Amino acid sequence: MIALAASRPRSNIRVDLQLIAEMVTPGSRVLDVGCGDGALLDWLQHNKQVDGRGIEWSQAGVNNCVRQGLSVIQGDAETDLRDYPSEAFDYVILSQTLQATFDPKVVLGEVVRIGRRAIVSFPNFGVWHVRLALLLTGKMPVTDSLDSAWYETPNIHLCTITDFVELCDDLGIVIEQAMVLDRKGRPRHLRAPGFMSNLLGEQGLFVLSRR
Amino acid sequence: MTSFHLPATTPAAEALPAVAPVAPGIVLPGKRLDFPAREPLPLDCGVSLAPFTVAYQTYGTLNAAKSNAILVCHALTGDQFVAETHPITGKPGWWETMVGPGLTFDTDRYFVICTNVLGGCMGSTGPATINPATGQPWGLSFPVITIRDMVRAQLRLVDYFGIDSLFCVAGGSMGGMQVLEWAATYPERCFSALPIATAARHSAQNIAFHEVGRQAIMADPEWCNGEYQRQGKRPERGLAVARMAAHITYLSEAALHRKFGRSLQDRERVSFGFDADFQVESYLRHQGSTFVDRFDANAYLYITRACDYFDLAAEHGDALVNAFRGTRTRFCLVSFTSDWLYPTSENRAVVHALNAAAANVSFVEIATDKGHDAFLLEEPEFFATVEGFLNGCAEHRGLSKP
Repeated sequence: MIALAASRPRSNIRVDLQLIAEMVTPGSRVLDVGCGDGALLDWLQHNKQVDGRGIEWSQAGVNNCVRQGLSVIQGDAETDLRDYPSEAFDYVILSQTLQATFDPKVVLGEVVRIGRRAIVSFPNFGVWHVRLALLLTGKMPVTDSLDSAWYETPNIHLCTITDFVELCDDLGIVIEQAMVLDRKGRPRHLRAPGFMSNLLGEQGLFVLSRR
Repeated sequence: MTSFHLPATTPAAEALPAVAPVAPGIVLPGKRLDFPAREPLPLDCGVSLAPFTVAYQTYGTLNAAKSNAILVCHALTGDQFVAETHPITGKPGWWETMVGPGLTFDTDRYFVICTNVLGGCMGSTGPATINPATGQPWGLSFPVITIRDMVRAQLRLVDYFGIDSLFCVAGGSMGGMQVLEWAATYPERCFSALPIATAARHSAQNIAFHEVGRQAIMADPEWCNGEYQRQGKRPERGLAVARMAAHITYLSEAALHRKFGRSLQDRERVSFGFDADFQVESYLRHQGSTFVDRFDANAYLYITRACDYFDLAAEHGDALVNAFRGTRTRFCLVSFTSDWLYPTSENRAVVHALNAAAANVSFVEIATDKGHDAFLLEEPEFFATVEGFLNGCAEHRGLSKP
């Protein structure tokens, strides 16, 4: 494992993924739910020597990951998370995936069950320009992070940061850390969660655990 | 069984050629390891088999650390001639597209071993072998063997090589069952496992198709209640029908349609008779008739039975997860969209059990219309998946690139 890090150092992952990656303790067990092309997993494996696994819905994504030597299964969060034993991982990462699930409540409950900690990020539907766009145009907003028209978006369960915090409360989930990100995925120095972070944050990024 | 022991067999035993009972004129190339009467193989059915022989082939070189060995497990009617011209049929090896220098199973890098399964007819002990106690072929007095028995025999060979941990155990279909059995029974001996287009148990449909094949063989008067060898006969028609029925299950409706449609064979119109009017009939008849040249009917009965009896969950308290609890083996499962014999759902059931054991697992479903046989055919996406998995494992194992 040590030789791995030396052989293929990785850099250049998306800024928001970099933020998530930095939260992960080296050598830990990580499950990336909705791992896409495996960029984060690959980075974590080679720079933090994690024991990394992924679940990805798209066949092309999975094949691409396994081709790179990553341990990824084709599956979806709704049906596959329930198989895992409790606390099977140190971190379960749900990056930009929650809003695309059919049952975010169940998924959120599962990620904090199977991970000692869950790291969850999602686009904030409460950000000021989304609110304004809806108010002024009367149409579903299309933005950098919500870039599809309403009829073709995979994001079927959009929420605001305040909504998310309420759901965590309902589920008895502890918010260990909360931050909001700007348009480029950089952290904004705002008290989160809170009114201003919900108004100005482009994305929410939370570290959660079970009470 | 799991303890490592030095080879008790004399190296000379290795040099003797194996004999194919189905083709008495042909001396098989390749290697064999004879286990003498003092080293019996305990079988699931309760009896011990001794003496017995494991016929095998190897490709590439075992490294000094003995850490680069891949055991390839063949399917129902496959054999140890993975990557070379078949000694009886003259056709290319069944995985020649996968195994070789610079290929997915790169023999410049890995040491590939393939054994003929116990119960087979390409040199390993099976029903067509002479039983030394009687001087006659075993026939139906050969004990019914299981997938786990096949694996136990393979373990003896792996022990003989002094390999503590196989870098990978790989195989499709029945070969995949052996892979799962290896991973469940000898997890510490498998660094990685690659079960392809397989299942943790034989479904009712799978058993049903096998039963059709067996009944076709037994309905052939030349089968002689399994004693055809003694009577100088061969149940060729029965075995050919068994192969024809089975062959349909290896393909898909789409593949059959693409290949043959309703095209007629060497004629302009149907004959209003029962000749092979259609190309698909002619193709199946050919499959059947060439199969009997290289396969033994009783071996077909025994090996199909071994598949039918396979139920990994039943071996572990009816919960598949128990088969893999605490495993450190790295898994990669592959299924094919048009495979209706070992469909994705069966492969996924294994993935779910591995997840429940928090095992390290990859799972890829390959889109193809070629049916179950896709794992034997040119499927670039499949090759890339396997190569990626092996490369990842090799990195973790510290195997250098060639």
